[in-house]
Amino acid sequence: MAVHQGRGFACINYPIGMNLGGDPSQALVHSTPDGRFMVTLSAIDLGQGMKSVARQIAAETLGVPVAHVYVDTADSDTGPHDMGSFASRGTHRVGNAVIRAATEARQQMLEAAAEELEVNASDLDTDGKGNIHVKGAPGRSISVADTAIAAQFKQGRTLSGRGIFLIPPSGADPDTGEMTPVTCFAHAALIVDLEVDDETGVVTVKAINSAYEVGRALNPKLVEQQLIGGAWMGVSHALYETTEPYYPARDHGPLDFNTYLMPGPAEVVPHDIAVLERPAEDAPYGGKGPGEMCANPVLPAIANAVYNAVGVRCDSLPITPEMVLRGLRANGGARPQARR
Amino acid sequence: MAKTPVRFTLNGSEIAVFVDGGANLLDVLRRGVGDLSPKIGCMQGTCGSCTVLIDGAPHLSCLTLAEAIEGRAVATAGGLAQGPNLHPLQRAFIEGFAAQCGYCTSGMLLAAKALLDTNASPSRDQVIEAISGNLCRCTGYEPIIDAVLTAAAGMRKEAV
Amino acid sequence: MSSIEFRKDLFADERVEGLKEIGKPTIRQDILGHVTGRTPYYDDHLFDGLLHMRCVRSPHHHARIRSVDTSAAERMAGVRRIVRPSDVPHNLNTLLSLINFGRDDEPLLQPKKASYRGEPILAVIADTEHQARAAAAAVRVDWEVLPHVLDVEEALQPNAPTVNEVFPDNTFEYGPYDHQKLRFGDVETAFAASYRIVEGRYQMSPIEQAPIETCGAIAAPETNDRYVCHTSTQALFFSLGTTAKLLGIDSSRLHFIGGTVGGGFGGKVDSIVEPMAVLGAVLTGRPVKFMWDREEEMQVGAPRGAERWYIKDGVAQDGRILARQFTGFFDSGAYTRLSSYAIVKGVGHLPGPYSIPNVSANVYCVFTNRTPATAMRGFGITGVDFAIECHMDKVAEAVGIDPIELRILNAYRDGDMKAHRRLAKNTALIECCQVAAAKARWPIGAGSSSASSLAGGGERALIPETVTDTEGRVGERRQGRTATAPPRKGTGRVAAGTAGKAVVAAPPQRPDMVGDPERFGRKMGGPVPSQPAPAPMIAQPQPRPGGPSLPAAFTPPTGFAPAQPQPPSAPQPPTAPQSAPDAGPYQPDQPFQRGVIRPGASRFVSGIRRR
Repeated sequence: MAVHQGRGFACINYPIGMNLGGDPSQALVHSTPDGRFMVTLSAIDLGQGMKSVARQIAAETLGVPVAHVYVDTADSDTGPHDMGSFASRGTHRVGNAVIRAATEARQQMLEAAAEELEVNASDLDTDGKGNIHVKGAPGRSISVADTAIAAQFKQGRTLSGRGIFLIPPSGADPDTGEMTPVTCFAHAALIVDLEVDDETGVVTVKAINSAYEVGRALNPKLVEQQLIGGAWMGVSHALYETTEPYYPARDHGPLDFNTYLMPGPAEVVPHDIAVLERPAEDAPYGGKGPGEMCANPVLPAIANAVYNAVGVRCDSLPITPEMVLRGLRANGGARPQARR
Repeated sequence: MAKTPVRFTLNGSEIAVFVDGGANLLDVLRRGVGDLSPKIGCMQGTCGSCTVLIDGAPHLSCLTLAEAIEGRAVATAGGLAQGPNLHPLQRAFIEGFAAQCGYCTSGMLLAAKALLDTNASPSRDQVIEAISGNLCRCTGYEPIIDAVLTAAAGMRKEAV
Repeated sequence: MSSIEFRKDLFADERVEGLKEIGKPTIRQDILGHVTGRTPYYDDHLFDGLLHMRCVRSPHHHARIRSVDTSAAERMAGVRRIVRPSDVPHNLNTLLSLINFGRDDEPLLQPKKASYRGEPILAVIADTEHQARAAAAAVRVDWEVLPHVLDVEEALQPNAPTVNEVFPDNTFEYGPYDHQKLRFGDVETAFAASYRIVEGRYQMSPIEQAPIETCGAIAAPETNDRYVCHTSTQALFFSLGTTAKLLGIDSSRLHFIGGTVGGGFGGKVDSIVEPMAVLGAVLTGRPVKFMWDREEEMQVGAPRGAERWYIKDGVAQDGRILARQFTGFFDSGAYTRLSSYAIVKGVGHLPGPYSIPNVSANVYCVFTNRTPATAMRGFGITGVDFAIECHMDKVAEAVGIDPIELRILNAYRDGDMKAHRRLAKNTALIECCQVAAAKARWPIGAGSSSASSLAGGGERALIPETVTDTEGRVGERRQGRTATAPPRKGTGRVAAGTAGKAVVAAPPQRPDMVGDPERFGRKMGGPVPSQPAPAPMIAQPQPRPGGPSLPAAFTPPTGFAPAQPQPPSAPQPPTAPQSAPDAGPYQPDQPFQRGVIRPGASRFVSGIRRR
């Protein structure tokens, strides 16, 4: 009767965007009368921060402060079509659509400013603080606000843009499976340290060390939110959750949170994360979406760690105390594997 | 259906409503009074997203008979801020990125407030216990625990 | 307790830093609303005279409806309307019909035969939720219980009950076959040449997305002969389009509002609740709320589908995996929903992030008498990754190699050919393994520590001759003809080097949408790109039983550039793995000039700074 320690590893990649493409996103960007910008989408924020990331992308592309940009979503009367928030497509598809729309709006803005300053638009740049100036001559400048006023009330010019991003749909060959699934992948590797009590079968995760490659952390705190929350969900999936505890029989399915178990705040696992960034060629500022893949490596890492701890192979999910105890019994006891 | 008059205070203001027999407080607050800050999560008393404070103590409004709060003081997340001034817990949640979808946040804030109103220096374990009745599916809890401890520290500093 | 570090040192030469807003920890736009309780979810909209809609549901896994008696329910207090299947103008749909994939197989309300426990057959609309529940419970249904099937492999037996009338063999169809195939190389020859064979069976049970906000929608007539619908959906136009189709309402008369959801995780894509709520509003002329309560969310709301995977690996003594074979079963439940798409996504993911020269897979979308499955975080990938990564540890044990070193040895790299005949790019698995091992102080050998994702391509970019077959045609199973695993003997061959063209993004449609590349270190649009060249055509018909060997001299990844034909090389005997010399970043053959697309560079150059 003992508590055995084990450690397990897993690594994965994850496809970014809807498989086989064909999932467009559109964005509209327009200036208010005094040079603030609205980004109109019909993308959905599930909590992953869709609005926030779109806002930063728009601000960077326009060349204005993020405080001067607001994202509005989702109303089918005003928002252009977006396929939806799933398949880790939000940042990639919506982000790219926002870039195209903001790029067009920026071009209009620079042309309007060029007319006011009597230069060519290609001679101008934004300072990211709300001003437009001649390159190399920062004293010759005009504010974005004045540009917008001049454009709309004097020049008769809209400062607006539209964008669509689409990976055209393709198919899968039925004989070989050949296909173009997606255009970029995120990556992760993760190590779980845990304990197995060979008397109760209870598994307690003690620590997680991980490396996640996300293209570019467009907002490091939003990335952190996904990785911490996602790894929690991975632990939950591996050890607790099921709607059919006796699958494929449907008996004793949980009907409430008393019987559908998830770890609580007392079960928080310290998680030390390293974020790697290898920008993807066609992703917005290179950023891939971390929202889905963050849970995946935790599941097999836990199974591998349980084997390392007590020598029981858990090839089914969830890994319940019953499963561990049955495995121990079949093995005639705990068989700890080599320490690492 | 017979309706019972109920009078109580909500975030300091006097409220009087007529409620159906057996109506739960969550429904009365949301649809009767129009305070949408407590949320519907399970109606089974297991998720905590409907948490309100009744005379300072956290209660699950989905399991509270509206008729039973006659004369009591109810507080919701919508009333946490003092006019335009956020409560330190709210500021700590913002700066600590302690919310993603936000659906559990109303309940979490009130559970935390109930703790800090009675214990200005909670330990990490005491914070964990205080929020153990509030489920969160997004954050993994750690940012919330950290935000409550940060708020507590800030409030102690301001009180000095 | 937890910590996060940003390893800016890795891939630094591919990334421009110092952007103005990107990369900043900007406070979320919506968090003030969250902490003040003001963020408006779908239910945070008040309506006078809101009605409530509850369903009558099948208690049986599989049962025919003989008759329905609503007379008691209709007389109950507060009941405004009984909603029947005949009230649904177009009562058959599948979600992906909106993108022309699949066949309509699921009614909004089931008129004839319930195929899962919980399937809705009627709805009741009443003044209060309590009254609607009571009335729904008072509906009498005369059921003829039918045999049911709950196991995916049993559902594929010739005599299994038919779950879904539209797919009588209990499988979705992929071209002429009842499964999606993946064929790359010749696994049987490679198995015969392997040092060890490692087999495993893996099972993931269904799990609930369990967002704290359940699925729901409120619909109401608007003032302009339209209907407004506040919804928790994850896909606004999917829901709008599905509602328009099921209810026969022009999409311009539907006004869907959402965008702020209390957690989704994939469970709010199916668009069941919106057509119900709008139907209620149409039939009553009043605001109607349709919401799953927590019990329904648990057992009636679509879960992540269960998956069963069989994996068979052939591995060389040095740990190189020479062949990998999969048989996969996705449990779609009673209807298609999104599972048909998950299979293709899953197959596109095989064999995992590894360069394995021989791969085959048969993956099935199976219908069983259970709650239909749908997307959940990691859809199509989570289950097979669990299987693959558990399996990798078994392989490591079988050949006596450290688990992390095994991953690094077999990891895919830039320029490697993947099993679905596309070249890998922008890879980083090796670096993730190295960093994670270092963080956890898990020692790995020098070869693994110095490996690089950039050292791929060359021989690893080859497409081998591939064994194909025509087993598993739709309709054959009922004759008891086909097995489920990939067959041992093929019936055809696809020549080495055969591949189609990768698909890239559609370019911006207007010049003004093309940004100055220096602002994002990136070139958008420009001249319409030629399609990336297919993999090099090599006259080398023999499959190479030794598997991929690391090139002795590094050649740059072929990427999208036209490849130089390589002289055929003799098959090399298996050697101990060597790590390729550190190749460094791609070196241009002429200095960078703005506006010039250099040979070998992709159209999209995002943040890549060239020296």
